[in-house]
Amino acid sequence: MSVGAQIQKLRKQYPESTSAVLPALRLAQEEHGGWLPPAALREVAHALDLTPAYCLSIASFYDQFRLEPMGRTVVEVCTNVSCALSGAQQVVEAFERELGIDAGSTSDDGAFTLGTVECLGGCGWATVVAIDNRHRLRVQAADVPGIVEELRDA
Amino acid sequence: MPERPQIVFAGTDGGALTEIEDYEAVGGFTSLRKARSMVPDDVIAELEASGLKGRGGAFFPTGRKWAFVPKPDQLAKPHYLVVNADESEPGTFKDREIMLRVPFRFLEGCLIAAHAISSQHVFVYIRGEYEQEFEVLRDSLEAMRKADLLGGVTVVLHRGAGAYICGEETALLESLEGKRGQPRTKPPFPAIAGLYAAPTAVNNVESITTVTSVLELGAAEYAKLGVENSTGTRVFSLSGDVVNPGNYELPHGITLRELIYDVGGGVPGGRELKAIIPGGSSTSILTGAEIDTPLDFTSLVQAGSSIGSAGVIVIDERCCMVQLGIRVSQFYEHESCGKCTPCRVGTRWLTQILQKIEDGRASQPDLDLLLSVCDRIMGKCLCPLGDSDAIAVLSYVDRFRAEYQAHIDLGRCPFDGESSLEGILAPSAMHDGPVHRIAHV
Repeated sequence: MSVGAQIQKLRKQYPESTSAVLPALRLAQEEHGGWLPPAALREVAHALDLTPAYCLSIASFYDQFRLEPMGRTVVEVCTNVSCALSGAQQVVEAFERELGIDAGSTSDDGAFTLGTVECLGGCGWATVVAIDNRHRLRVQAADVPGIVEELRDA
Repeated sequence: MPERPQIVFAGTDGGALTEIEDYEAVGGFTSLRKARSMVPDDVIAELEASGLKGRGGAFFPTGRKWAFVPKPDQLAKPHYLVVNADESEPGTFKDREIMLRVPFRFLEGCLIAAHAISSQHVFVYIRGEYEQEFEVLRDSLEAMRKADLLGGVTVVLHRGAGAYICGEETALLESLEGKRGQPRTKPPFPAIAGLYAAPTAVNNVESITTVTSVLELGAAEYAKLGVENSTGTRVFSLSGDVVNPGNYELPHGITLRELIYDVGGGVPGGRELKAIIPGGSSTSILTGAEIDTPLDFTSLVQAGSSIGSAGVIVIDERCCMVQLGIRVSQFYEHESCGKCTPCRVGTRWLTQILQKIEDGRASQPDLDLLLSVCDRIMGKCLCPLGDSDAIAVLSYVDRFRAEYQAHIDLGRCPFDGESSLEGILAPSAMHDGPVHRIAHV
């Protein structure tokens, strides 16, 4: 099914079609390799009778929408208070070492993007690391080399 | 060890009830049948009598909230139930465990609430980062549909996309309508003009799940748990410098000491307890000396704080309170939607002043300025996001003034690089494209 057809299905869930813009952008982002190029915004706009500018105004508001290309694997470390108290900073540094990139950047080969994020809602299982939106719990700096090896092998 | 009646997590035996048969085996859906045999007003009266109050942070009586929704013959528009599953308050991680372990009890509560406000339309706004929780709810909902339990009510699981502000109910409604998640002016309140300007009740996941248990136990039985003005149990999220972090369902009114030491195993390594954030990062901090404060609405107000979302963050002696201020303020700065100037500018300003203090570049007037900026945020915006930053920072200065003063007097951080928050990072600018730089400034 085309993105447009899938969005048509989504909009039926809502009394007003604009409500489908978040799920539609999520879908378009998945279809476009993890970010929203202008073509994706145009697709969503067309399917929901909105303008691309409107879709951009939405995409730019929410942290999970990306307006630049991302690595094939996205690693995000929570650095909010409870994770920070439990060593999140060391986890970030370990990922930076293992991946050879700074937090907030993508590796030259496009394999990894590393970032830090606000509270992921796993404070009691700190440090929380989201890998392609899947949460790993209780991650310690010592676990990071193994995680990166596993991701490189996958 | 305090008694631990299980209401929200009843029948789970520490595990999860994710198969519909298992849930039915512990009495699942009897509350729904009971509710549907009652007229909506009687369901609301039962909830009022139970004393159940909102678990999202505002502690507003659930039954009363429903009573504010006009009857269908008073306002001929569709009525909506919107469930706030956008749990994002730092220190809080209870709703996700509720959705993972008792998804059917939660969805049953949604249908009971829908009946109470005569709604045929339920939207569950679940935070975008909760992937597994979304899948569990989706599968559970499908099982209920197959079992013909929905009774003509449509339940839509709507995923957010990463914005703390969407936990504020009017911002959530804006977001659900496909707009930027920016709070609305109130009034009108959602009960009258909520989703699509129609009557809407907005309830938190834990509140809705507890509704099922209240109907099962009966209001009188439920109200025996907890303390006056804070009936029932609470799922406390315990995190930070504590031996056994996690979610614990306990009656309201247990003390912080019981939660942190008897249940949570105390502070690791025998270190000294320095501070406790009792209800998520938006609540005022308490000192370690206030550990005998009971965890209920009234006691925490008397202590100058709030039970908030019951996310208890434990902080030991290694933590610099100025660094804590920076990290918390960075969060609110990042999450400010930008609509109200005092919040948009003030949260950023607070971070900058705190950073100056931490760096040893501040002089006495900077501390006064910090407090003045807090004052100029408080109560001057459409929603409490900016207030939350101000409340938190003010409380850190109030409770740990000597430590703030020491930074100024010494011209450096007295922790000399040894604070447990040393080197803390604000979120990286990984999606900070040109648009974001404009949008979030």
